[in-house]
Amino acid sequence: MTGPAQRTEGAMATLRRGLRMMPEFRRGLPVTFALALVATAGRVVVPVAVQQVIDRGLAAPDGADLGLVTWLIAGCAVVVVLTAVAVYRMNVRLFRTTETALANLRARAFRHVHDLSVLHQQGERRGSLVSRVTSDVDQLSVFMQWGGVLGLVSVGQLLVATVVMFVYSWQLTLLVLVCFVPLVFAVRWFAQRLVRVYGVVRERVGDVLAAVAESVVGAPTVRAYGVRGRTAARLDAAIDRHYRAQVEAQKVTAAVFVSGEFVAALANAAVVVVGVLLGLAGDISAGTLVAFLFLVTLFVAPVQTASEVLNEAQNAVAGFRRVLDVVDTEPDVRDPAVAAPDRVRALPGGPLGVRFDAVTFRYAPGARAALDGVDLTIAPRTRVAIVGETGSGKTTFAKLVTRLMDPVAGRVLLGSDAGGWVPLADVAFASLRARVVMVPQDGFLFDATVAENVRYGRPGMTDADVVAAFDDLGLGGWLAGLPDGVTTAVGQRGESLSAGERQLVAVARAYVADPDLLVLDEATSAVDPATEQRLTRALDTLTAGRTTLTIAHRLSTAERADEVLVVDAGHVVQRGTHAELVDAEGPYARLHASWRRSSAGEPEPVG
Amino acid sequence: MSRRRDAVVRRGLRHIGRAVREQPRMFSLALLASSLYGAMTVASAYVIGEITDRVLLPAFDEGATTATALTLAAVAILGVALLKIVGILGRRLFAGVMSYRLQAEYRRRVTGQYLRLPLSWHQRHPTGQLLSNANSDVESAWFFVAPLPFACGALVMIAITSVALVLTDPLLAVVGLVVFPLVFAANIVYSQVMSPRMQRAQQLRAEVSEIAHESFDAALVVKTLGREDTETERFTARAEELRDGLIAVGRVRGLFDPLMEALPNLGTLAVLLIGANRVADGAADAGDLVSIAYLFTLLALPIRAIGWVLADLPRALAGFDRVTPVLEATGETPYGPDAATAAAGGAGIGVRDVGFTFDGVSRPTLREVTFDVAAGSTVAVVGPTGSGKSTLAGLLVRLVDPAGGGVLLDGVDLRRLREGELSASAAFVAQSAFLFDDTVRGNVTLGAPFSDDDVMAALRVAAADEFVTALPEGLDTRVGERGASLSGGQRQRLALARAVVRRPRLLVLDDATSAVDPAVEARILDALRGSETPTTVVVVAYRQATIALADEVVWLADGRAVARGTHAELIDRVPGYAALVRAYSQAEVAA
Repeated sequence: MTGPAQRTEGAMATLRRGLRMMPEFRRGLPVTFALALVATAGRVVVPVAVQQVIDRGLAAPDGADLGLVTWLIAGCAVVVVLTAVAVYRMNVRLFRTTETALANLRARAFRHVHDLSVLHQQGERRGSLVSRVTSDVDQLSVFMQWGGVLGLVSVGQLLVATVVMFVYSWQLTLLVLVCFVPLVFAVRWFAQRLVRVYGVVRERVGDVLAAVAESVVGAPTVRAYGVRGRTAARLDAAIDRHYRAQVEAQKVTAAVFVSGEFVAALANAAVVVVGVLLGLAGDISAGTLVAFLFLVTLFVAPVQTASEVLNEAQNAVAGFRRVLDVVDTEPDVRDPAVAAPDRVRALPGGPLGVRFDAVTFRYAPGARAALDGVDLTIAPRTRVAIVGETGSGKTTFAKLVTRLMDPVAGRVLLGSDAGGWVPLADVAFASLRARVVMVPQDGFLFDATVAENVRYGRPGMTDADVVAAFDDLGLGGWLAGLPDGVTTAVGQRGESLSAGERQLVAVARAYVADPDLLVLDEATSAVDPATEQRLTRALDTLTAGRTTLTIAHRLSTAERADEVLVVDAGHVVQRGTHAELVDAEGPYARLHASWRRSSAGEPEPVG
Repeated sequence: MSRRRDAVVRRGLRHIGRAVREQPRMFSLALLASSLYGAMTVASAYVIGEITDRVLLPAFDEGATTATALTLAAVAILGVALLKIVGILGRRLFAGVMSYRLQAEYRRRVTGQYLRLPLSWHQRHPTGQLLSNANSDVESAWFFVAPLPFACGALVMIAITSVALVLTDPLLAVVGLVVFPLVFAANIVYSQVMSPRMQRAQQLRAEVSEIAHESFDAALVVKTLGREDTETERFTARAEELRDGLIAVGRVRGLFDPLMEALPNLGTLAVLLIGANRVADGAADAGDLVSIAYLFTLLALPIRAIGWVLADLPRALAGFDRVTPVLEATGETPYGPDAATAAAGGAGIGVRDVGFTFDGVSRPTLREVTFDVAAGSTVAVVGPTGSGKSTLAGLLVRLVDPAGGGVLLDGVDLRRLREGELSASAAFVAQSAFLFDDTVRGNVTLGAPFSDDDVMAALRVAAADEFVTALPEGLDTRVGERGASLSGGQRQRLALARAVVRRPRLLVLDDATSAVDPAVEARILDALRGSETPTTVVVVAYRQATIALADEVVWLADGRAVARGTHAELIDRVPGYAALVRAYSQAEVAA
């Protein structure tokens, strides 16, 4: 990816960047915070009630005032219920705002990924891009809700409890705070350890996944080489290391947890001793002292959960950063209709020719040029085959003409001498995609019916239109032979069809799109002779009367083309008809001779 | 509906029983620790109550106290807390160990099955399913175990509390006996309302992910047809369904959490109200009141642990149900008593009336296939897509067993050979090279004692020596998961070297040379066949050049060995063969 690769921004910077991107989330936040504060207020009700009942009910100088106690408790019960309602409202708000914001972020990231060239240039990175719009966002959602609720309530709880304690007795409050301060530092230290041990656990999970995959994907190899014992031993070792890491992490978590319990007990003991002494001095009442014992318990949970929230937060922020990095990456090819509407020019009507004007392309800065200052013009309605060795730069042609990438120098233009030439960079995507269509090597099909896959080329067609299109291409018989004809489901990635049949559907899809310029990346996979014949016939119909650029992997294609371009090391080294080039001394004649030899069944010369 | 619910509860209890039976020691220890924790939680409330009665109130009433009383109070609080901490530590550690051990143990059993079960079983199950069986399914099957002892400890706590309540004051006991069942019932209702919503959210999550996968895989089509917006609409529609699903989950959780907090709080208030009256009547003292109120505030969390276990049980059962078929699958590859004839040099192969049908497919893949491969000769198997070539290759090295007929190695049926005999004589290289997450050396030797010279020699034959030498750590370079750090061609060459280094008596190549140069292919075969004791080679071939290296060709069509002869003979005699070979070679000028 060309985006900011190693961003070392802090967690807060990431959060700020994220909040800027999710205004709907930020808008709801103040009310949610207010509700959180109300929600935590309810938590101190019980200690206050205990204090009141003891001081004003039971230990009152002139005997228990049960009427007052009843009213007090009824009032507290109302507060408890109101608190519950406030928490409920807060939770629902939080869930709604986070899920809405994250669903929008998901959609935005998804759309943006489609604009990034990394998607078609580095197929192996697709999996990680998928997790940008799935698991990374899921993790964020879990954290915002679990960690968010917990965090809000914990902070509120600490605040309110401290305030109430101060109102009762500042001396005892200081005492409790002194007991808890070391815990805060301990928690910070524990949080770092948690991050480390859980990091190890995640690493070990990865090892286990890899080892398990070996026993599944590698099953034939394991069987054929009789290495079951060895594979099992490696699996065992990976599983065992994972187990040990889990136990280690559990130890740290438990330690965090009990340190809170210990500090709470310490604080309670201190409160009893100091409280009694203060009471003797007449500073506090018995009820206040008992209330303190209740209030201390409110301190424990937030501190304990804080360490866990911190650990989760690290992962969530890392995931958030990955999502934001994707969204913030500038697409390398931008639609002029969006980027610079005043520059947009319309393509001339009719078949389109292609012109390269000193075009240079590199896949990475400093890399060898895949195309090096190429100048050429292809007239409208010409069928051109581009041939060359693997890595010669012939697929780069296809990507530049369809504007999947932009040249680093020079210009690609479409048009004709009669209608004028328009730089590709000035053509709105909508018009470009309608006029120029590419049939990729792997004619990807969606998990839908044949008809729906073809309709992808031109939305709104009826099934009958689709059948007619197959008939035009001479594929009516093949279509009728499918179990459900045009409504046959093709399965995931079209896997119910053979590779050759998938290609037939892809050709039909391009045919209904009715482009003026067609770019074919020809399939290399060996298909059976019958499909091969059908495909050739369908392609002949598809290319008739259109400008066609075929990245030819078979020289039989070159034989049928109007013109052949031979590419080598980023340059067009030969150009002419098949007949001319075969007779000329040069790379094409060599390629052709090698092809003829293998067709005739003679071995390749060794060496 | 209610019967189904009962079934889930019954099966859930059985599943809990299974976990306990598998790890009785850890469970007992965790339960013991949890009970200690439970008892100490109750004790801490009583300590607070006693301190109120014996230290606080007297001190405030009388205006004096003793150092002994204060020390005792502090020691009591700290002592109980320390025991409680021991309980927590024990509970967390033993419960964690129990849950992790169960996971590890089942992961071992599941993968043990993967390694034991025949390949025909593997072929019936999608890779993704097998991976998640061993990973996420095992995890969800035993996830509930972690809070299980906590939940059991909570039950102990409730029991102690109930008894204590009854002993202290029957009227206060009534409050407890109302609040506890209420909390418990709320938990059950919660898990039942929640689990279908959770399942739906999980389902939607999977669908969102599926759309993203499909759409990104289709990037070229999407982009070149300008369909980014419709794709985004498709994705957004599902993402919004997921959003609504998650909000529905959130509503339930958002209601349950405050409810769980409010119930014990209301209970505490009720205790205070009734208690104040009882204290005024002289039926109870203030200490009892304080300790019971304190206990209620402490009980809220442990009771929720019961809810955690219950809420997780449906997921655990679902996970366990997916794992069970793997554990119960049978069909081990049986081995015979015989040793392979220890003759040096190529093995003679006999394929006799071999038939093979994949499960769930009506048409047999192979039918009455019969042919011989003379020791030391090279035979190419050629046929259209789907003619059964790969299946046949697998039969020769016993990846699968034939449904009818048999495969003979030097006249001995493969099924009569002892375990390890065949793999010691034969090597197989598959269409897509599989590498282990190991070093280059480890991938070539697979643990067998070959010297580095042998390994280098094999790499040289497979034309892999140059790139291996150029690797940062040469033979010791780790190749990454499934050889991820290498290119397809490099992976294939390592897989070939793995076969070559063994000097096998039989080498089966299933289209294993597609990514290597024909010259390298010829060199590999020459090296194996050129020795005084030439290897027998069976090669599934697509390339003209590969076929040309074979002494003879077996033409496979529609599951039958239709013809056999030299390449030239078949070109003349078999029109289908001629057409296919020509189609292949046109494809192959890898322009």
